[in-house]
Amino acid sequence: MWKWLHPYANPEVSYHFAGKLLPWLSALAALFLSIGLVWALLFAPADYQQGDSFRIFYIHVPAASLSMGIYVGMAIAAFSSLVWQLKLANASAAAMAPIGATFTAIALITGAAWGKPMWGTWWIWDARLTSELILLFLYMGVIALHSAFEDKDLAGKAAGILTLVGVVNIPIIKYSVEWWNTLHQGSTVSKMGKPSMSIDMLWPFLFCFIGFALLVSVIICIRFRTEILARNSIRPWVRDLVNSHVAYNTTFKEHM
Amino acid sequence: MTANKQNLSYRSAFTLVLKRDLTIALRHRDDIINPLLFFIIVVTLFPLGIGPEAQTLSRIAPGIIWVAALLSTLLSLDRLFKSDHNDGSLEQMLLSPHPVFILVLAKIIAHWLITGLPLIFIAPLLAVLLHLNEQSYGALMLTLLLGTPVLSLLGAIGVALTVGIKKGGVLLSLLVLPLYIPVLIFATSAIDTAALGLPYNGQLAIIAALFFGSLTLAPFAVGAALKVSTN
Repeated sequence: MWKWLHPYANPEVSYHFAGKLLPWLSALAALFLSIGLVWALLFAPADYQQGDSFRIFYIHVPAASLSMGIYVGMAIAAFSSLVWQLKLANASAAAMAPIGATFTAIALITGAAWGKPMWGTWWIWDARLTSELILLFLYMGVIALHSAFEDKDLAGKAAGILTLVGVVNIPIIKYSVEWWNTLHQGSTVSKMGKPSMSIDMLWPFLFCFIGFALLVSVIICIRFRTEILARNSIRPWVRDLVNSHVAYNTTFKEHM
Repeated sequence: MTANKQNLSYRSAFTLVLKRDLTIALRHRDDIINPLLFFIIVVTLFPLGIGPEAQTLSRIAPGIIWVAALLSTLLSLDRLFKSDHNDGSLEQMLLSPHPVFILVLAKIIAHWLITGLPLIFIAPLLAVLLHLNEQSYGALMLTLLLGTPVLSLLGAIGVALTVGIKKGGVLLSLLVLPLYIPVLIFATSAIDTAALGLPYNGQLAIIAALFFGSLTLAPFAVGAALKVSTN
């Protein structure tokens, strides 16, 4: 049943497969993002309460949900690398961590930029904001642990264990933060409630969301390929690859 | 000798490791006293920084005591596996025929007895200094009793991951502190609720759940992490 998957355990096959995916994903990401962002920022109707500042949500919401989605993806990769000893799963988890951290930071920064005109303050200890901040800390921990080890394989295993511990803890942290928030202060702002979106706003949002998800997969593919090359730098196929590139570049320059 | 070791029951292996760690700790008393002193000094710093008003202090006392407890546990975590890793006995323990779970659990419990238990004894004294509400003392003791083992258990995962790294100290705090957040939230909320004279068994039940959850799961993670670290 899983036999079709076996060839991809080979780094070389995976490297080229990711390379083949890359142009398609990039083209789709560019298409969806350009349509979605132009539509969202220029043509979608302004919110009747929040005016134009609500438009930052077209970036904020995809970033926030992707920041959590990437962590889950990382945890799945970590789990499969620990259980089935897949070295490539390790590499993909390493590829995902900084992207997830970046998207978490984007979600926090755009949230703050929205909060300033709406709530009158950059930061509020709201349950969602707090758990997003803690998610950023968890990402930072994984990245720091990764860079602390010399050996990439060991680093991947250690970071994988930490990722799994984190994924068990994320729901606990999330609920405890929500509990903490309701106990310590009345939920004034978080109770703003989500008005169901109108269709005019929903479509550009969907385009933006899919566009950002595709963008994430493009960056993951690029970083995944780099990770594979870094980990297999002594293998003959990587050397051949490098040599062919060097040869190509020199002939190219001669023609110039 | 080896034949004897093979026949050790799980219980005797557990007590053997526990006794060994306690003996070592009692011969290096600094390891017990220094985190305690740190705990006391950190708590003393807060009134100096915030001001001596009794009302303010009693409002923030639960948070201060618990944050200081987190930090001093973090400080003491290093000794959990470091010296054993340095002299190679950790590797021997992992090679022994006994399940890693039991040995790790014994080490963690020993660590809690050495560092967590003294915190509980000293905490009421500090609570007096911070003018903690009189109704909250029971909650403070109970949350510390249930919560500090969680700190040792979760912290052990972080130590196990960083024990092979040369400068693991700061990294350890980065890994472990976010995991401590739920304990901190529920413990301080229990103490606050007690100050209002309301029942706080809900929070205690959740801390107990965290305790049993980490008691059953953390040693597995620690074992896996130690295998990576000793490699």
